[in-house]
Amino acid sequence: MAKTSGVPFNGTKEQEEKLRAKLHELKSVQGGLMPALQEAQEIYGYLPKEVQIIVAEELGLSLSEVYGVVSFYSQFTIVPKGKYKIGVCLGTACYVKGSGDILAEVEKVLGISAGQITSDAKFSIDATRCIGCCGLAPVMTVNDDVYGRITPKDVNGILAKYN
Amino acid sequence: MKKTVQDINLIREKTQSRIAMRGHGSFDTGEVSHYKRQVLICGGTGCHSNKSSQILAEFNRQIKEKGLENDVLTVMTGCFGLCAAGPVVIVYPEGAFYSRMTVEDVTEIVDEHLIKGNIVERLLHEEGEGKEKVVALSDTNFYKKQTRVALRNCGVIDPENIDEYIAYDGYQALIKALTTMDRQEVIDVILKSGLRGRGGAGFPTGRKWQFTKDAVGDIKYVCCNADEGDPGAFMDRSVLEGDPHAVLEAMSIAGYAIGATQGYIYVRAEYPIAVHRLKVAIKQAKEYGLLGENVLGLGFNFDIEIRLGAGAFVCGEETALMTSIEGNRGEPRPRPPFPAIKGLFGKPTLLNNVETYANVAQIILKGADWFSSFGTEKSKGTKVFALGGKINNTGLVEIPMGTPLRKVIEDIGGGIPNGKKFKAAQTGGPSGGCIPASLIDTPIDYESLISIGSMMGSGGLIVMDEDNCMVDIAKFFLEFTVDESCGKCTACRVGTRRLLELLTKVTEGTATMETLDEMEKLCYYIKDNSLCGLGQTAPNPVLSTLRYFRDEYIAHVKDKKCPAGVCKKLLQFKIDKDKCIGCGMCARNCPASCISKTDYIAEGHKLPSYEIDSTKCVKCGACMANCKFHAISKG
Repeated sequence: MAKTSGVPFNGTKEQEEKLRAKLHELKSVQGGLMPALQEAQEIYGYLPKEVQIIVAEELGLSLSEVYGVVSFYSQFTIVPKGKYKIGVCLGTACYVKGSGDILAEVEKVLGISAGQITSDAKFSIDATRCIGCCGLAPVMTVNDDVYGRITPKDVNGILAKYN
Repeated sequence: MKKTVQDINLIREKTQSRIAMRGHGSFDTGEVSHYKRQVLICGGTGCHSNKSSQILAEFNRQIKEKGLENDVLTVMTGCFGLCAAGPVVIVYPEGAFYSRMTVEDVTEIVDEHLIKGNIVERLLHEEGEGKEKVVALSDTNFYKKQTRVALRNCGVIDPENIDEYIAYDGYQALIKALTTMDRQEVIDVILKSGLRGRGGAGFPTGRKWQFTKDAVGDIKYVCCNADEGDPGAFMDRSVLEGDPHAVLEAMSIAGYAIGATQGYIYVRAEYPIAVHRLKVAIKQAKEYGLLGENVLGLGFNFDIEIRLGAGAFVCGEETALMTSIEGNRGEPRPRPPFPAIKGLFGKPTLLNNVETYANVAQIILKGADWFSSFGTEKSKGTKVFALGGKINNTGLVEIPMGTPLRKVIEDIGGGIPNGKKFKAAQTGGPSGGCIPASLIDTPIDYESLISIGSMMGSGGLIVMDEDNCMVDIAKFFLEFTVDESCGKCTACRVGTRRLLELLTKVTEGTATMETLDEMEKLCYYIKDNSLCGLGQTAPNPVLSTLRYFRDEYIAHVKDKKCPAGVCKKLLQFKIDKDKCIGCGMCARNCPASCISKTDYIAEGHKLPSYEIDSTKCVKCGACMANCKFHAISKG
C-alpha cells in the first residue's frame, strides 16, 4: 500500500457498528461501493486498511477491488487529516491570481508539504481543485472558514487564529 | 401530498402573487402580496463563502426584533452572477442592489430602507471606472448585455421552495409533454431547436435523445453529468444551486421521451451546497408526486437518484462517469458501443450536461423556433460562462451564441483591473486553448472557437493580462492533466508526462529550439492515440500557446528570459543603485542572505546602496515586495 501517516488506527466499536449498519443498507444498491466508501470516510475521517477490510467484507468484494477504487479518487484518503484542514485552491482563477505563492507560504510556515499532516495532527494541507468561489480569488480554506483575496503576507495571521 | 395537474396550477397562481414584486415576468394575478418588501440574498457558493448566511441570519433577527415579520420576506436565492461584488443583497420592489455587504451593514438597511423606505445610497453597487452608483442589478452593464435562458431563475427564486419554481412556469413543460405530446414529438422539438451539448463537445442533443429512444432495451437510463471539473468553471454548480428543479424537470421529460424510469445525477462531492439543494428538490418533487410512480396521476413513472463523485476529473468523460456510477475506478471505455446503445449497467443511456438540461423545459414550453432565434446558424441558443481571472466583473454570464469575445470582456466583464492590458482568454479549461488579444473579436460559438484552436468547453473563461506567462499557463494545465490522467492508456499516461518534462525544460531555460519541435510532435501523437477526450484534448493548451505566443516560448529558449516575469528559474532580481537609498529592508527580508551593502552612494543619498548576489538568489521576490522605493526590478 501507499505510504501511510504512521498515526495508529484507533477506530471505536461504535464507529464500526455504524459503518456495518450502513454497509448493510448499501449491499443491495447497484454500484454501491462509492457511496459505501463515502460513508466510511464520513465516519472515520479517512480510509485506512482496517476500514477498507470492513467494506470489502460487508460488500462481498476483494480488498484489492476496494483499494483500487480508494486509490483512484483523490477525495478518498488513506492518510488522516489534521484537526484543521487547510485547503489552498489551485483552480485556474486562483492560480492566475497567485495562489501558488499562497500554498508555498503555508507549506513554509507549517513545515510540511501539500498532502501531509503536521506531527501533532493539528494541521494538514491540501492543494485543492477549484472550489468555485472564483470571485474571491485567491482563496484558502481552514475547515469551513473561507479566506478570500489574500496575499502570502496574510497567511501567518490566518494560521495564528488556529494555534 | 401528491398533486394533480390542477393542484400544480393552483399553487402556481397563488405563489405568483407572492413573488410578483420581484419584477421578473409579468403576472396578472389580481391578488397582491401582503409583503411590503422582499430581501433577496445570494446563497451561491461565492457569496456563501463570504458570509451571506450570517447576513441573512442578521436580517431575520432584526426583522423579528423590530416586528417586521409580516411586512418583509427574506429569501436566500441561487447565484445572481456578479460574484466579484459579493456578498450581494437585492431589496424589492425598488430592486436596490447592495454589493460587498457585511453583517454590520444590515442595521442601516433595515432601519433606513425596510422601515423608512429610503434606499441606502452608500451601499449601492458601483460600476465602471467612474464608480457610478447603480440602483438595480438589471441596470448594470454586466446584466443588461446578457440573455438569461439557462440562468433565468438563478437569483430570482428560492431554490429550496418548489412553489416558487412552479410560479415561474415550473413543471409546465413536463405537464405539456405528458398530456399533449407523444414521445417522438418531444424529441422532434429538441431536434428542431438545434440545442447542442453544453458540456463542451457540442453534439446535437436531439440526436442523442433519438438514438437512445431507438435503442433496443427494456431498461434505459437518463443521466445528468454534474461533474464539473474544469478548474475555474462553475456554471453547472450555479444552475444546481439556483434552480435545481429545472434539471429534475428536464430529466423527467427526457425519461418520458426515451422510455426510461430511472435517472442518475452524478455530481461533484466538492459542491456541498448544490448537493444539498438537489436533495431538497428531489424530496419536494417526490412529495408533490412530480417524481416517483404515476407522476401527477398521468401514468408516467420516473425517479432520480444522486451519486457523488470523489474528485476524479476524468469522470466528466461520459463513459468514465458511468463506470464510476457503477462503483468502479472511473476509467473510460472505448466507444463504440456508445452509451445510447450500451451505457450505464450495460443498458441504453442518455447522458446530458446540467446546462443542456436547464434549456429543455423552456424549449418544450416556448417552442423550437423561440430557442433557435438566439445564436448563430450552427450554434443555437445561449451559453453560460464563468468569467474569472484578471477581470473586473468576476462572475457568471449568459450570452447568445455568436457574441464577440470583446463584448464579454469589455462590456459585461468591465475590462481588466489595474489598467493592465488584455493578453489572452482561455476557454475550455485543460482541454481548450488560449485566444490572443488579436482575436478578441472572434464570435463565441462552437465552430469559431474550434477554428482558432480553442474550444467552447463547458464554459470556463479565464482572462489573463500582461503579467501572466503563457508558457507557465500551458504548464499549469498540463500539470493538471498529468495529475488527472487515469492511467489506462499509454499515450495519455506517459505522453502527457513527457510533454510536461519538455515544457518544464522551457520554463527552466534548459530547452533548445528542437525541444519546441519535439513538443509539437508529441502533442499530435497524444491527440491521435488517446482513448478518451481527456487525452485527446490534453495537448490543446500547449498547441494553442505555441501557435499564438511562440515569441514567448522563443524568449524562454533563446534569451533565457520570461517576458512576463513569472518563470522563477529565469528571473533576475536587480537593485537600481541610483534609486536605492540604502535602508537595508531588502537585505533584512532576504531568506537566502544574498543581499549586501556596496560602497557606492548615489547622488543625494546618505547611505551606500545594496546589491544582489544572483548566484545565491532563490528568486522568492521578498526583496522586491519589501522595497518601498521601487529600486528593485525583475526580468
